[in-house]
Amino acid sequence: MSSTTEYTPKTSTGRIANFVDSRVGGSAMVKEFGRKIFPDHWSFMFGEVALYTFVLLLLSGTFLTFFFDPSMTHVTYNGSYVPLKGIGMSVAMQSTMDISFDVRGGLFMRQVHHWSALLFVASVSVHMLRVFFTGAFRRPRELNWVVGGVLLILALAAGFTGYSLPDDLLSGNGLRIIDGVIKAIPIVGTYISMFFFGGEFPGIHVIPRLYSLHIMIVPAMIILMIVIHLFMVVTHKHTQYPGPGRTNTNVVGFPVGPVYAAKAGGFFFIIFGIVAFISGFFQINAIWNYGPYDPSPVSAGTQPDWYIGFVDGALRLMPGYLGNLPLEWVIPFPWGDNTLVLSVLLPALVPAGILFAVMFAWPWIERWVTKDNREHHVLDRPRNAPFRTGVGMAGVVWYCTMWAAASSDLIATHFLVSLNDVTYWLRTLFIVGPFIAFFVTRRICLSLQRKDREIVLHGREAGIIQMSPEGGFSEKHEEIDVYKRYLLTNFEDRMYIPAQPDAAGHISRKEKRRAKFSKLFFEDRVAPVTPKELEEAHGHHEVEGAQHSDSIEK
Amino acid sequence: MGNHSHGSPEDSGTVAKADDVAQDRFPDPGLPPHRPRIADSDPRQAKRHERQVALLFIISIIGTALFFVAYFVLGHLGDMTFAELRVQNAVLGLGTTFAMLGIGVGIVHWAKTLMPDHELVEERHEIRTEEDRQDAVEIIDTIVEESGIKRRPLIRNTLIAAIAVAPIPAIFMFRDLERSGKTAHEMVEQLRHTMWDTGVRLTRDPSGTPIKAADIQIGSAVHVIPEGLNEAENMLNEKAKAVVLVMRMNPADMQISEGREDWHVDGIVAYSKICTHVGCPIALYEQHTHHLLCPCHQSTFDLAQECKVVFGPAGHALPQLPIMVDDEGYLVARSDFHEPVGPSYWERG
Repeated sequence: MSSTTEYTPKTSTGRIANFVDSRVGGSAMVKEFGRKIFPDHWSFMFGEVALYTFVLLLLSGTFLTFFFDPSMTHVTYNGSYVPLKGIGMSVAMQSTMDISFDVRGGLFMRQVHHWSALLFVASVSVHMLRVFFTGAFRRPRELNWVVGGVLLILALAAGFTGYSLPDDLLSGNGLRIIDGVIKAIPIVGTYISMFFFGGEFPGIHVIPRLYSLHIMIVPAMIILMIVIHLFMVVTHKHTQYPGPGRTNTNVVGFPVGPVYAAKAGGFFFIIFGIVAFISGFFQINAIWNYGPYDPSPVSAGTQPDWYIGFVDGALRLMPGYLGNLPLEWVIPFPWGDNTLVLSVLLPALVPAGILFAVMFAWPWIERWVTKDNREHHVLDRPRNAPFRTGVGMAGVVWYCTMWAAASSDLIATHFLVSLNDVTYWLRTLFIVGPFIAFFVTRRICLSLQRKDREIVLHGREAGIIQMSPEGGFSEKHEEIDVYKRYLLTNFEDRMYIPAQPDAAGHISRKEKRRAKFSKLFFEDRVAPVTPKELEEAHGHHEVEGAQHSDSIEK
Repeated sequence: MGNHSHGSPEDSGTVAKADDVAQDRFPDPGLPPHRPRIADSDPRQAKRHERQVALLFIISIIGTALFFVAYFVLGHLGDMTFAELRVQNAVLGLGTTFAMLGIGVGIVHWAKTLMPDHELVEERHEIRTEEDRQDAVEIIDTIVEESGIKRRPLIRNTLIAAIAVAPIPAIFMFRDLERSGKTAHEMVEQLRHTMWDTGVRLTRDPSGTPIKAADIQIGSAVHVIPEGLNEAENMLNEKAKAVVLVMRMNPADMQISEGREDWHVDGIVAYSKICTHVGCPIALYEQHTHHLLCPCHQSTFDLAQECKVVFGPAGHALPQLPIMVDDEGYLVARSDFHEPVGPSYWERG
């Protein structure tokens, strides 16, 4: 292969490196990635948190599999925890008890696993909010947004399948609710339930099945999606926040080696440290307090893991009757009566369905309304996309209303209010909350944009009160520097695009619909300050600090 | 500064209308000048940072040692008290916290204070060049041409058909996920039946001791299982359907519908404890309002109205278990439930 003289390393490290390099082509990889530039911003950390908590899940989860036995065979507990001695439970619960009490560090690992899982879903969610509110999902990253959404669903699936494994009272009740929801599915629901549980609820089959899903299929799919996700991040290069020197054609930031790698690598240990601290000091899922699953008792005030809360809350908000009209419809068919359980079906499927459908479709919705099909590598400050920020907040408020509803009983007991009133209020908020959130958020964004204009045109408040010779008081304003001014004026100025006729001069109904959305989103907008406007403002006002000639570009 | 506010956006000059486009922008001033850190120019400060980083790494080593203290000194196998376990868990956590944060904070501190903090600029590249696209199209055309898949529709169509039907067996293989081997009809039908039957005694949950009618006072609520449940095969499956709440009310306060006149014993009534919403056990009875509340989703049932839904998401009343008294004065079931217990399903009717 080598026509020139082959390189001979001098040190032993060099020899090993050369051995590997000459067989896998490491030099090319180092060349490609060694000094690759990554933009730096605190909000880019959420994705990292998600990745690192997932690594922690793999590490702690693997440890737990060495001790956990998912069998639902009935045994009598005889482990170290005295209060449950002699109590009948499944092998799954018994082995979870043994991990907690008879494996040194086992309880710690269980808590690391559970807390990491909560943090994993949380960081995926917050990461997606960051991506949404900054417009990072726009071309060319739409598909990566979808992969991220799939990862969120997989994270929920992983969390749910794992939550059920200990077979304690809480997880069994969770499965009971799932059984009720599955049975509400028309036509096939009863059979799906029978297949899922291997017969009637609870049966003796469901936990080994959930275990297979939890430790094989779901994590394998998460790993696959993470690989695709990161591969696309490399292909697209990272987005960056707007600012002086940052354009749509460059990336400004730190090289992978050494700064970025050090920061990101160090951050893994920081996340590990924080999770370890929480796991050491904050008890989670104390199954020994709940006892084994039994269909009869339930403890009041129990809450699902946070990420399932919004579905549980939707179930609570749904009325079973509208007035005297039951929402369980008994439909007479020629072969007999069938029941359509809308009171369960609607809340279990519709809100989550709408949230995920709009989430997945949003890049295309926005592209359609704005007619903007360009590549975007510079992010929006959320205030500079009032329509999107408004829609996002509408979704957040809707989600949080359902989420709060999952704790309606605790809200009632903690704040000493009527449980029924809490439900009525949350039902109202469920309907009107998103609309209020959209309009209020958009107003706030527009106001912030106008504040930005004011700062550009009249300078920032210096905090110095001056008295004029006439005795009037005024605050001194200082002109901002060119860098700040560029940040405040250089943003995407999206406008209302009225319905456009097609080639034949016809305005389609779809195009009219688009124009309506465009009007709703962009009729009110705040334009960035232009140099001309600034010049005019200077002519009208005495701007203090204008003597800094370097800050005025003429 | 009143003269700076602009009234409503519609009439203010700051809100541009669609047609007045502001195209001209301020020029990009480029990256702001780099501000050196103290350590960049002062070697003593840099040395100080170096010592701080090393100290953090040493803290990490101490944290790892602390882990071993917790593992071997505070912990031992077998018969640890719960308090000991908690202390051990906390110290394991603390040791790991120091071990990890020492490394993490140390490296980040190193990166922030001692590594160069100059931001660099890299150009983006086209994700797909037109040249690549044309080459790819050519290659794919060649592949399609050489495979002959377009020229030989018979092969293509039969292949599509074969691929379409091939996964169907994989779906059918899941039929035996239902392990009892019941027919579809039996699967659905079993939901209508519980262990309750004529003459089955009501016993206390979980002890299984029978209950005399005289033991039930007005206002009390007793958790009940059928006699023999604890010895039943598939005990949990049976229990998930058969658990019952027995309460006593003044018969004068009860609305009793036609056909249910003899389902109670002097105001002692038995209702399924499984919520008709999604199946949680209804554990809370408030004797003052004679309401039953499901703690999971707050469905509320009124005992005085035959457990009709008065609030919450449940879609139908709790099924009532007809009861009577046997020769020895014990409460027994008059029959099984007359409708399926628990959450609704398609075939419930």
